[in-house]
Formats: sequence, structure tokens, C-alpha cells
Amino acid sequence: MKKRLALSDEILLSVDKPERYLGNEGNVIKKDPSSVDISFAICFPDVYEIGMSHLGIQILYEMFNRRPDLACERVYSPWVDLDRIMREKEIPLFALESQRPVRDFDFLGITLQYELCYTNILQILDLSGIPLYASERLYKKSCRPGSLRTDQTKREENSDKQGSSRETSERNGGKSGFSDCLLLGEGTPIVIGGGPCAYNPEPIADFFDIFYIGEGETVYDELFDLYKSCRQEGVTRIEFLRRAAGIEGIYVPLLYRPDYHEDGRLKSFSPLMEGVPVRVKKQVMMNMDEAPYMDRPLVPFLRVTQDRVCLEVQRGCIRGCRFCQAGMIYRPTRIRSLEKLKKQADLMLSSTGQDEISLSSLSTSDYPYLPELMDYLIDRCRPNHINISLPSLRIDAFSLDVMSKVQDVKKSSLTFAPEAGSQRLRDVINKGLTEEVILRGAGDAFRGGWNKVKLYFMLGQPTETEEDRKAIAHLAEKIAETYYEIPKDQRIGKCTITISTSFFVPKPFTPFQWASMFTPGDYLGFASTVNREVKEMLNHKSIRYNWHEAYVTVLEGLFARGDRRVSSCIAAAYRAGALFDAWTEFWDWDRWVKAMEETGTDLFFYTRRTREEDELFPWDFIDAGVSKAFLLKEWRRAHEETVTPNCQQKCSGCGAARYGGGVCVMPRKQEADDAFPVSEHGSGRNDCAVPIEKAACMVPGEAETETACMVPEDGMGGEAL
Amino acid sequence: MRFRIRYSKQGLMKFIGHLDMMRYFQKTLRQAGIEVTFTEGMSPHMSMSYAFPLGVGMTSDSEYVDVDLDIPLASRELIRRLNLAAAEGVHFLDARVIEPGKANKGMNLVQRADYTLYFREGHEWEKGWKADFAAWLNQDSIMVLKKSKKTEREVNIRPLIFAFDPEPGMRCVRGICDDEGEEGIDPTASDYDAPPDLFLGLSAGSENNIRPELVMEAYAASAGREYSPYSFQINRDEVYTKSGDRFIPLIELGKTL
Repeated sequence: MKKRLALSDEILLSVDKPERYLGNEGNVIKKDPSSVDISFAICFPDVYEIGMSHLGIQILYEMFNRRPDLACERVYSPWVDLDRIMREKEIPLFALESQRPVRDFDFLGITLQYELCYTNILQILDLSGIPLYASERLYKKSCRPGSLRTDQTKREENSDKQGSSRETSERNGGKSGFSDCLLLGEGTPIVIGGGPCAYNPEPIADFFDIFYIGEGETVYDELFDLYKSCRQEGVTRIEFLRRAAGIEGIYVPLLYRPDYHEDGRLKSFSPLMEGVPVRVKKQVMMNMDEAPYMDRPLVPFLRVTQDRVCLEVQRGCIRGCRFCQAGMIYRPTRIRSLEKLKKQADLMLSSTGQDEISLSSLSTSDYPYLPELMDYLIDRCRPNHINISLPSLRIDAFSLDVMSKVQDVKKSSLTFAPEAGSQRLRDVINKGLTEEVILRGAGDAFRGGWNKVKLYFMLGQPTETEEDRKAIAHLAEKIAETYYEIPKDQRIGKCTITISTSFFVPKPFTPFQWASMFTPGDYLGFASTVNREVKEMLNHKSIRYNWHEAYVTVLEGLFARGDRRVSSCIAAAYRAGALFDAWTEFWDWDRWVKAMEETGTDLFFYTRRTREEDELFPWDFIDAGVSKAFLLKEWRRAHEETVTPNCQQKCSGCGAARYGGGVCVMPRKQEADDAFPVSEHGSGRNDCAVPIEKAACMVPGEAETETACMVPEDGMGGEAL
Repeated sequence: MRFRIRYSKQGLMKFIGHLDMMRYFQKTLRQAGIEVTFTEGMSPHMSMSYAFPLGVGMTSDSEYVDVDLDIPLASRELIRRLNLAAAEGVHFLDARVIEPGKANKGMNLVQRADYTLYFREGHEWEKGWKADFAAWLNQDSIMVLKKSKKTEREVNIRPLIFAFDPEPGMRCVRGICDDEGEEGIDPTASDYDAPPDLFLGLSAGSENNIRPELVMEAYAASAGREYSPYSFQINRDEVYTKSGDRFIPLIELGKTL
């Protein structure tokens, strides 16, 4: 029996890293497609090495495959070299495990981790031979794989369609059972989106049949059971979607209609028929110990971005930084028990043979049993030469002590994420971190043998002034001075302070969702202010400064708070060749400008105009747990430069308590006692009299993240897709 | 105690590059619960060395890795445990104890490697090429331009071709655990359904290494036949060192424990 691959040896040997396309990783789950009722292709729309590093997909992959009636297989974006070959030779996109065409699957689930992968979603659909628009998948008609960029007639046909997609859906949604309507299972897979970007799905809503809002562990079984019964009954695809919309957390864009004011703002957003909920409620896995976790994570041959075992210690974050979407949408904060984590760590290490384990959460220092967990892991890992990596720890005596035990001090650098240079602005963004705490943490680190520090900031935040930007350089200078205060014989050469700034992108479901952005020119001006100020510093030779792409930021801003009309711009850019936009080598701003012009997409409208407090947002139909009233209160408090206590200290009534669990129901005082045995500093973390928890997040070594808190691609586990 | 381990690498594993293979093998050892000696110093790593890296695209019946174990295991037990953890396409065949020391390092020993070649579908040459190939080999000198990253030089490859067989039989590979019922898999059977087209025994190692592709390309050029890097699926059958006048497989330098 010869193993049949979708690609010939010749193709595999001529493309970069053929290991991306084989599906033979360690612990891979292969099922005979004919032995199951449902096949699910789970996709990360970026290159293999990025996609394989994502925790959420790994969790869902194992969870789905535990169903005997379902086979879940993986799909990643083919890299540009293979993409070209597949279009030339009309090879349909395939899933790795069975190497079968994605088009033959029942479901295609795509994770939405960052906005810049949106054109890759279209690549996935296009290469699979799935029509781009959900409305085109309801009727009998064919689509050749990879045809959208080459076939002129197809292109025109599609651009006609996009204008009429809403009308089509309305017509069909109202009266199902047209003779040309496809039956469920007859046409192309049901395309589902999930993940952080699904909290504003509107810019890509036309491309998806379903969005799953929230964490994947809750209602997928219900959806799969519905699919099976609908197949048996022989209903149409649209009828299945109509019934699916009745499941909590399931959003079917075809069944809703947005209307706009003359000035372009959203006027109303409503379901097209009865039985379709007005609001879609975020799904949350409340009992984390019952949440399925992978026992046998996949072990890739290729060195992937996160080439290690990943242990999710808790979900959510108590901090409430006002710019942070993850900190809001994963509320309430929920922990996994210590016993469960120990067992899981053992299982995963022995089933993979990995030589590194990483603790994952938005803020690992807030995990109440961290000292006990670290003791256990150090005992388990040290004799076996297994590394422990600890992203998102706050710098304090405890974390420095732990880090010096688990990693090579000389090689690693410490990362602080103050996010803003001045105390005033840190209060605005609710980053309850004082200069004193930063300097003390840095001093401790320097005396502990570290001499490399990275600092992460954001530029372009609400209320930010010239002085706030200059303060970034001043803070770096003070940290450098802290280093040179150490007697010469006790320090190791020079220190290196690296400042990185990104430009702030307001995200839905954050208090800053009302904020305005700036032009790329403005952003570059902000960066040059910092750059000039750094050069003025006494220790400027020890300080390096780099900043992010300004144009990319603006595009992210467009997608983050865009509405349904933005989809035409994404489709136009894709047709013009946009792909892998998150990769600098393929990034082309001019192409996007043309796409915006072509489709009449007004960048100013989406990114720079003032949004009034009472504006209806495209994402307001989602009930994300936190209430709009709370977000607005926080938006106002930001302007008053008032800090809000974290969930551990005091409930601020964000709305997530409705879920009835996690930090919302834990007795605060007692948890605090359990949680934080007083460290050497005796910082009195559990003392509620201290107004603000000191929160220098810290990312050690290579596990660099853009903000201190873990960014989504670093693996918020269990996220829907 | 230093062990020399022999394994086959077939099927999809042929696409896994040498560096990834090394990382994979370390994970296999951990999964198998085998206690490997770590090097001393600033960044301890598993003490192991590979004899002869295999190019991407080639399969092999005999890959060699030397590894130091803290807790020695009997050869059969070691192989049994490794096979339980092995990826599909990798089959551990033999493990023997060898003397440590630089001279005994696999990579310093390699003198010859044998290859079996199979035409890939659509690349076959017309019948009669084998006689022609034999006649081509029947020259005293075959000068070939050998290119490396930096240098280019003319080399006479004829003396470096030790053996050839235009009508080789089917390959058969078995490991020391393969007589134990279920574990007895012929690791080569699954990957090649056609009979082989050519066997070559070539000089190998750090000096005078020639690749089978180089030989076939040179022949194709002289005979005016079509050739592409994908013309042949090549299997490495065995790797030898020289003892006196005799070539012996690397594994035979070790003793079964």
C-alpha cells in the first residue's frame, strides 16, 4: 500500500519545507473518512509554522476527534511557492491527514487570530474551490479551485454578486426550499469562523456561513448533532443555517441585515426572520477542569514558532487594561486546578518528548498556585533537561528567583511592558504599574545577572501628548542609570535597553473602542519624537529603539472596527494579489490603497473620525459578557485619568459576573491569601489598601510578544477555532 | 555507554531534513524513556552524533546515529522501546555497543555507501539503456565536473564507483526485533512497488564522496538521455567502513548487548 499524497514528489521536493504538507507529525490522528459521519477541516490561515503553534487549534483538534463519528483534520495556508503551483496545476487545497480536498469536507473551520490574515482566508476558500461569498454557496453552481485571480469572467461575476449578496440572502432566508437551493452536504463545506477577530466579524461576514462567538468547548457538539440530524432529514443548506442560528453563540451573517445612516454610520442591525436571536451570546467554558485539554499534542518535525508543550494555567485576565481586547473578552478569569495542571504537564511531556514546557495565560503571575506549580515543574523538568518558559510574568523577587532557576540568565533578556511612558498615560490606559515598581524590578534583575531589558510601549493612545512620548525615552534612561549604579565589578559589561513601540489599534469590546486613530504620517512623527529624545539621553548608547510599520497599523484599524461593507475591499485586494499581509516581504500598501479606491472604502470614516458615545457599532449585536455601559464608564474614567481596581481587588460590575463563575464568585480575600504568599519583598499584594496591583508584565527570553500580555497567536487556548 | 543505532527511514520521512531528523530523534528518545547522557558545560545537550546525513528525498535502510546512554539497555530492549515511540516510516533495526573515541565516530568511518535506484513514473529510459550504461562504466576514466558551494573541479569518478548491478533483486531489510511476531515489519515493502532499476556501490565519506545523482547525471549527459533531479527515487541501502580489504557495515563494528 503506497501512501498517496495530494502533491507529487516533484512538487514536494521543489517547494520550500515540504514537511508543511505531509500530515505525518507525531501524535497525528488519522481516521478513515468513510467511517465517520462528519468531517471537519480546521484551518489556521497562515503558514504552517505559525498555525502549528496555536494552542486553541490543538485543543479543538483533540476534542473534536474524541467524537467517534467525526474526523477533524488540519489545513494551513500553502506558502507562496506552493500557492503558485496549485493555481497553475489546478490542484485543490487539501487537508493534511487524509490529503483529501477541503471541498469534500462537511465543515471548514477557520481561526481568526489577527486581522492581517483576512486575505489568507480568501486564499483558503479560493484554492479549495469554495465560492468566496456565503450567499453563493446556497445554490447549485460550480467553482474551479484557484480560479478567482485568473479567470476574468469569474471575477466579474463575483464582483456583481457581492453587491447583491444581502438581497439574495434576504430573499432566500425568507422562503427556503427553492428548486435550485443546495441541500445540506451537497455543495461546499459549511465555513465557520471563530477566535478573537470573530468579536467583530462584520468585515469578513460575507465570506462565512457561521461564526462561533466565544470559547469552542461549549456548543460544538450541539452544532454537530444538528448537522447530522439535518443531513438525515435532507434539509437545504439555508435551513440548516437557520436552525443553527438558534444555538446560543452561533451567528449566521446571512440572516441579519445592517442598515446605515446617510453619513455611513450603522443605523440598525436586525435579524431577517423570527427565531433568529437579536443578540448572540459569547460562549464561555466555566469549569476549566472539565474543559478538554490535549493529552497528546502534535509533535511537528519542522521547527515551528512555539516548539514546546504549552500548559494553559488560566483563561482571562483580572487586570482590565483599557486597550486590551483579550482582557475583556475572556472574562471572567478562570483557573485550572493545580492537580489538573500537574497531571496534564506529565502527560504532555511524556507523550511528546518535548524539551520545553511553557506556561500560558494572559498574566501568569496572577495564577494563585504559581509557586506550587513551579516547584513541581522544576522537580519534574530539571533532571530531564527540560526547559520551562514563563511568558507574561510580572517582575518581582519571586519571578526573578524562579527564572534564574529555570533558564540561563546570561542568554535571556527580560521584557517589561509599561505600554506608556508617563504615569499619567499609564493611569489613562489602566496599566497600574508605577515607575518605582519598574525601576525596582529592573534593579533586582540587574543584580540577578541580567543585563538585557526590553521595553514595550504603544504610541497613539487616547489623550497622548508629546510629553508622554518623550517620557518613554526618559524611562529607558532611568533604567539604564539603575544598571550603572551597580558597582562596576558587580556588573557584566554594558546593559542593553531595547525599546519597541507599536501603534495602538482600538479594538471592539474594549473601553477604547471609541478612540480615534491617526494617519501613518502622524504615527511616524510620534516614533521620531521618541527616537530624537532617545538620542538626547545620557546613556543613549545603551538604548536601542525600533518601531512598527505605521501603514499596517492603519489597515488593522480598518479591519478591527470595520462593518460589512469593508468585505468588498478585502476581496478586491485579494484579487489584486494581496496575501500574507502580516509578512513584510509581501506587504504592499499601494495595493490596499487601490482596493479602497476601487470599492469606495473610506479609511477616514473607519479609523480617524470621532465616534460618539451613543453610536451603534457593527459588533454591538454580540453579547460579549462585558456591558457597553461598563466599557463607556471605563472610557470616561480614562479621560479622568482614574485607575480602576482589578477583579481580584474589587468587582467593577463589568457584566461578566452573569456567567456565574471564575474570579467573579471566588471569595476575594481568601483567594488572595491562598494566591500570594508574601514574597521576599513582602509587597503585600493581597492588601486591598494598596490602590493598585503592581503589574509589570514580563516576557523572558525568546518568547517575545508585542504587548506584555500574551497576544492571541501565542495561544489563548480553547478559543473557538 | 555508547551505542550505535541503525534505523530505516522510509515513506513520508524522506521529506524530513537532516536537522529536523536530529531533533525528532531526541524527542523519540524522551518518549521512549531512554536516559541519554548530556554534555557538560554551558548548554547541555544530548550526546549524540550522526554518521552520514541523508539528503531530502532519499529513503534509507541504514541510517546510523551514535548515542551515549546513562543507563545502558540490552540491544533488543532498546530497539523495542524506540520502535514503540517511532514515527511512521522510521523503523529501528539494530543497536550495538561501540568503543568511544574520535576514530570510532561514525562520520570518520564512512568509506562506502550502496544505493538502489528506481525510475520515478514518467522518467523511465527506453529498454537497452542498461547495456549502454555498463559500456559507459567500462572506461578507465570518467571525468566529471564536481561542484561544491565554493569550488569546482574535474574528478575522475570511475575509481569511485565500486560496484554496480543493472538487475538488482528486491531489497529486504530486517531488524533484530523483527522475528518477534507483530513487530516483524519489512520497512521497505510499503514504499516501492516496482522492482529496482539499478544498484550502485559508491565511494562515500568526508573524502571522495560521490552522490548517485552525480553518476546518473554524468551518464545521461554522455548518452544524451533526459535527466532531471527527480528522475530517480533513490534508496540508501547500507553504509560501510573499510577493514583491511573488506567493506563492512558500520553496525558490525559494535557488539550486541
